[in-house]
Amino acid sequence: MSTEVIIAGLYVFALAAFLGYQVISRVPPLLHTPLMSATNAISGISLVGSLVTAGAHYNTLSTVLGFLAVTASTINVVGGFMITDRMLRMFKKQPGAKKDSTEEQERA
Amino acid sequence: MGLPIELTYLAASILFILGLKGLSHPESARRGMIYAEIGMFLAIVGTLLHREIVSYEWIIAGLIIGSLIGGAISIWVPMTAMPQRTALSHAFGALAASLVGVSEYYRHTGGELGTFKMTALSLEVLLGGITVTGSLMAFIKLQDWIRGTPITYRGQNILNMTLLFITLGMFAYLIYDPSAHVLFYAMAGLAFVFGVLMVLPIGAADMPVVMSLMNSYAGLAAAATGFAISNNVLIIAGTLDGFSGFILSVLMCRAMNRSITNVLFGAFGADTTAGESGALGAMREVKAEDIAVQLAYAGQVIFVPGYGMATAQAQHAVRELANILEARGVTVKYAIHPVAGRMPGHMNVLLAEANVPYSSLYDLEQINAEFPATDVAVVIGANDVVNPDARDNPKSPIAGMPILEVDKARSVVVLKRGKGKGFAGIENPLFFKPNCGMLYGDAKASLIKLAGAVQNA
Repeated sequence: MSTEVIIAGLYVFALAAFLGYQVISRVPPLLHTPLMSATNAISGISLVGSLVTAGAHYNTLSTVLGFLAVTASTINVVGGFMITDRMLRMFKKQPGAKKDSTEEQERA
Repeated sequence: MGLPIELTYLAASILFILGLKGLSHPESARRGMIYAEIGMFLAIVGTLLHREIVSYEWIIAGLIIGSLIGGAISIWVPMTAMPQRTALSHAFGALAASLVGVSEYYRHTGGELGTFKMTALSLEVLLGGITVTGSLMAFIKLQDWIRGTPITYRGQNILNMTLLFITLGMFAYLIYDPSAHVLFYAMAGLAFVFGVLMVLPIGAADMPVVMSLMNSYAGLAAAATGFAISNNVLIIAGTLDGFSGFILSVLMCRAMNRSITNVLFGAFGADTTAGESGALGAMREVKAEDIAVQLAYAGQVIFVPGYGMATAQAQHAVRELANILEARGVTVKYAIHPVAGRMPGHMNVLLAEANVPYSSLYDLEQINAEFPATDVAVVIGANDVVNPDARDNPKSPIAGMPILEVDKARSVVVLKRGKGKGFAGIENPLFFKPNCGMLYGDAKASLIKLAGAVQNA
């Protein structure tokens, strides 16, 4: 790996860290659970690495490991986004205002 | 990698950041998540065009199985089990990172691994391994498959520290000599073992910190994967996740006035005798009917939920009672301590599920000034977060922890299962104060009884 690639990667890391700090500090405690499931879904982007590993035919072991990794990160991506949305749908300003889903009713 | 793929990754990175920015307010949060979902979709489609990918059958199988499992979990998991689900997802995320790491190492065995790539791969497998088993342990504790109290034994800290140093030693040697493949797999194995040992001594009440820490590790493992395969969107998303978890860990520790080291190595809640203030008098048991009268004629009532509300699934019963009180003109507010429950924001989600508007949910700093002007504070299955010893007794194990000062309310009712101590095993002088009454029994049943009695008052 060339020095430029490494340095560029470290720049990206440092800037993302600063930006992340700024953005995430503004999330109110009210939304800390959705925050955790959202960042979890987003870091499911490691799916991108798993996809290449599973589909590139490097060798049999890599393909199997890649397949398992694709499965695990897809669980996080799909499940993470779905459950974040399910939670966020419940946060309402006014009691009983626009109930856009019957799901919560059934649960109650 | 081609330019089109890189451009989808750039777009995805921007959309992820916009998505997290949306979470700064409940109004914009759902829109933000749609941005993030679009970003994810673009990145996946872009990757599928990658020229190294030659066959799709394993990919499609993984995507389908993963979607089914992930979708099923997210539809059927009850909101009270959110901490368990989150622990599992940390484990899955870290598992994916470690597997990719092992596969990358395996296919490069032969020595073409540079120092930098080797460092990234080792970090990935190390953090990933710890997170997989650590999160699974947290899951098992949260699910009550083993007791939530800390599991300690003699020499535990020494064993853990030794193991950690051996693992780090292997890590250092691998950077020096990447071809030592036996060592690499041994290190991966030790990381898995260390994850289990690390979470064993941590009590259930400290789970918010563990969850945040695992969140952070899972993110950093993903970022390390990004370094290993030179992929910027992975570095960015992983770093965002890692920092989010780190910020949450710091917030949780601050809310308990403890350091991360103390949480990890302190085995909090195992020692029950430290700093007890001795004889405190008698607790006063009260009847639902008497409390109902107080509630019915109160000006302001504040509910203080804790983990007990979650275990009793009592959030809807709280809302029912609040509805009846509000109809009578009583002002109802909810006070949420940052570490109430088993993960950050746990109580907020449960109350939102029960249709409590978020404008009635108050943080520690916002609500504490209001207790002196409150007629009744109703504590539902919370204990340590309302313990006045944290404020008054410097010898208490929880001294200095910011608390919800319910003891300043004119009257306090504590809904509690039995007379036992809380999770941290610390005596709570609040229960012995003259303005405090104890209402024993299942929180949900007590709340329903109260609601009925208020209607008759």
